[in-house]
Amino acid sequence: MSGAQITEATVKELMDVAQLALELAKKAGADDAEVLVRDGTELTAKVRLGEPELVQEAGSRGLGLRVLKDGKRSVTYTSDLRREALEALCAESVALAELAEADEFSLPPDRALLAKSYPDLELYDPQVAEVDAAWALKQAIAGEAAARGADPRVTNSEGATWARVLGATAFATSGGFLGGYRGSYASLVVEPLCDDTTDAANPKKRNGFWWTADRYLAKLDSPEKVGREATRRTVATLGSRKVETQECAIVFDPEVARAMVGTIFSVANGSSLWRKSTYMVGKEGEQVASKLVTIVDDPLIPRAPGSRPFDGDGLPTRKNPVIDAGILAPVLCDVYSARKLGRASTGSAGRGIGGNPGPTTSNLIMQPGSVTRAELLRSTPKGLYVTNLMGFGFNPVTGDFSRGAQGFWIENGELTFPVSEVTIAANFDEILKRIDLVANDIEMRSSTVAPTFRVSHMMLAGTSR
Amino acid sequence: MTTQLPSALRAPFSAGGASAIDAQLANRLLGHALEAGGDYADIYFEFRVSADYVLEDEQVKTLGRGITLGLGVRVTKGDATGYAYTEDLAWEKMQHAAKTAGQIAAGGGHAPIGISPHVSVKAPSFYAVPMPSLTQPAIDKLALLRAADKAARAYDKRIVKVEASFAESIKEMLLFTSDGRMASDIQPMLRFGCRAVAEENGKRQSGSGGGGGRYGMDYFAQAATDAAAHGREAARVAIAMLDAVDAPAGEMPVVLGPGDSGILLHEAVGHGLEADFNRKQTSNYTGQIGKQVASPLCTVVDDGTIASSRGAINVDDEGYTGQKNVLIENGILVGYMHDRLSAKHYKIQPTGNGRRESFRAMPLPRMTNTSLYGGKDDPDEIIKSVKRGIYAKRFSGGQVNISNGDFVFSLSESYLIEDGVLTAPLKGVNLIGNGPEVLRRVDMLGTDYQLSDGIWTCGKDGQSVPINVGTPTVRIASITVGGTQA
Repeated sequence: MSGAQITEATVKELMDVAQLALELAKKAGADDAEVLVRDGTELTAKVRLGEPELVQEAGSRGLGLRVLKDGKRSVTYTSDLRREALEALCAESVALAELAEADEFSLPPDRALLAKSYPDLELYDPQVAEVDAAWALKQAIAGEAAARGADPRVTNSEGATWARVLGATAFATSGGFLGGYRGSYASLVVEPLCDDTTDAANPKKRNGFWWTADRYLAKLDSPEKVGREATRRTVATLGSRKVETQECAIVFDPEVARAMVGTIFSVANGSSLWRKSTYMVGKEGEQVASKLVTIVDDPLIPRAPGSRPFDGDGLPTRKNPVIDAGILAPVLCDVYSARKLGRASTGSAGRGIGGNPGPTTSNLIMQPGSVTRAELLRSTPKGLYVTNLMGFGFNPVTGDFSRGAQGFWIENGELTFPVSEVTIAANFDEILKRIDLVANDIEMRSSTVAPTFRVSHMMLAGTSR
Repeated sequence: MTTQLPSALRAPFSAGGASAIDAQLANRLLGHALEAGGDYADIYFEFRVSADYVLEDEQVKTLGRGITLGLGVRVTKGDATGYAYTEDLAWEKMQHAAKTAGQIAAGGGHAPIGISPHVSVKAPSFYAVPMPSLTQPAIDKLALLRAADKAARAYDKRIVKVEASFAESIKEMLLFTSDGRMASDIQPMLRFGCRAVAEENGKRQSGSGGGGGRYGMDYFAQAATDAAAHGREAARVAIAMLDAVDAPAGEMPVVLGPGDSGILLHEAVGHGLEADFNRKQTSNYTGQIGKQVASPLCTVVDDGTIASSRGAINVDDEGYTGQKNVLIENGILVGYMHDRLSAKHYKIQPTGNGRRESFRAMPLPRMTNTSLYGGKDDPDEIIKSVKRGIYAKRFSGGQVNISNGDFVFSLSESYLIEDGVLTAPLKGVNLIGNGPEVLRRVDMLGTDYQLSDGIWTCGKDGQSVPINVGTPTVRIASITVGGTQA
């Protein structure tokens, strides 16, 4: 067995540490406490032009403590898990909480709501832990070599990186929840580079990438497949140019479609709703997207990247609708935001070591439509097929959306030439309502996934007419 | 170091600490790091104490505090780097990290190289803060949050929501390298932010204000940067934006306001001039030294020596002192920003740009405070010169593709210019351009150079570091504006 292996015993140790910290917090005068402990290791192997560039290997751990004292909260963290360090942390946390103001919404969850048991979602693959640096480097070298060998127009490389993360998480609350689990994740990214001399007076470089990732080693695509796809995507951008400013159809490739779906969650969650920091305030139960849009959040899919057996409040997790045939479902909430909105948590709390819980997604999935991607393109006379979005041009309060885009021009249902240095803009509310075709090409490659979809029209800004 | 800190804020690895590291111990660690045949090693100790305070709904909701301690070990062999870290400063753990990082050189087959005797790097002092904010009572910081909240609400009745936050940290680093450098630094940082939401007739808009840098609490004693001023600024933007109209789409002249607009520099040219991309020939600026890469009006400088600024560094994370480096002079590319690896490749002295997010990551060439220097034009005349265009005042961020030079940046407060006069405020909009092309189109530069009081953080390869930017008023003859109105 490799030294990196995380065992059930490791998880148990972390749960013991979490319980110890709870006890110490009580002793220090806390009325209630929640403790999150994480222990993880990483291995990153990066190669460039066939040679190792970086091998990084390390273990990391941390404990986050959230205490309640007279209705007031503090959040603290440390990487020092020794008993005396935890005692000091607990004393400091209680003292800090006394400086805050009481917040009735911030009381611990009702004990009856806490998860009594939780499922084994098979999130850990021991095989991922067996990988050593030499094997990881070989995978990266193979991926990069495949990319460079696939097309003579690949003239350089930003490298290839094979990485894995192994982690154990334990969570305990003085309300009586105690849980822990382990997880694994492995990935390979390949980034070829081309010289683009289409415009001889203004030569450019064109980069691109492709990737594979999974919790299970055997589920990763081969390095050769990843490398070849990276090159296919990169050389396709040679000769990219602007197009004229115009209103046209915009087709989102799954890689950017999932970013759009992530943006939907950023404006439709309990936290942004009670803070009124979203244009979606008051829209639950209303049509917020086209009828073709159905999105669910499902934390219970075995072996999936975003799965979790319990949430950051210690509540059981469950599958929740997000948008159902265009109608906004009750938004995802943690206990705090649910209370602020006068309702029950959806079991969607996420929590980091040094922070308060808040609603987060698990596996956020936009349901596939009925047409193939090819059919979707064929039925599009003119527009932009977007493969990459740039920048942060989104205002959640108003829904104003304006981002840089790269992709391919669609003419008579065919992808013609590559496009770059343009922006696409519309109000997000309009974008969602204008989705008029959804393809069936969904692949569970990441924790947020979406099929190819088309927005009937958006403003594309490029060259002047 | 003149700073006197209470023991709770001093690193355990500093002299007199619970796990004090001296040159002898450092040498033993470096010896282990190099035993497999590496040609260079460094060990980087970091201790960071941070605290944050958030006020929301007129209540101080959460107080947070955290401590991070660790050691990062780097070993290089040619262009290859081995890296390992540990959060436990017990000898066996540190030794294990050193040996793990050293594995990069395994099989290299030359005798271990010697370790040079350590000489302390004489570092300048760009942020001597005798009383870091962390040593001051929390109650003072809560008072600042309340002052910002009050000022934002008092600014206009239409302000319906205010959030204010204060974050502070102190980072102590200690570095030993196998080529004989020893460096240490104590780096204070504070950041104040306020966000306001305005509502009228069902329309909602938000605005934010804030600032900070490597200051103590005296930062708030200045009228322009006291807590109330940040609160009023957040409210001002939110109220101004209530009347925002749809932005135009297409190519047009853009006037960038002074200060914050430096983010354009950062994205359009800054990243492309980080030497790692050029060493690997992946940047658009590869092989362009000595060539005209911008309008002759442009002089671009990265300056780690600007006192108290967010990007200031006495010594970088490889032990080289912070410096002022001219990147572009009168439009001619004169230099890149280097870390040790790239400086070695180009056979020049490192420029003090080797920075890392923490002990968990290797140093990379990074920007510090990046500025476009001022020119000869009256700022008002610059605005007057534009028949129809955009005036960009505040920005929420940007991004660049190093390879092809395409960059975007997002405007959070901008106005239409019509016949030389600022008219309607515009809804949030993105600008997109190509770095080298846009810099060639700079055709007017104001006399009003200003360093931003922004709270900018730059991300690269997953590592975030604090930076700052500065510009005068700038006219760009033409750039693509990503609005919705054709």
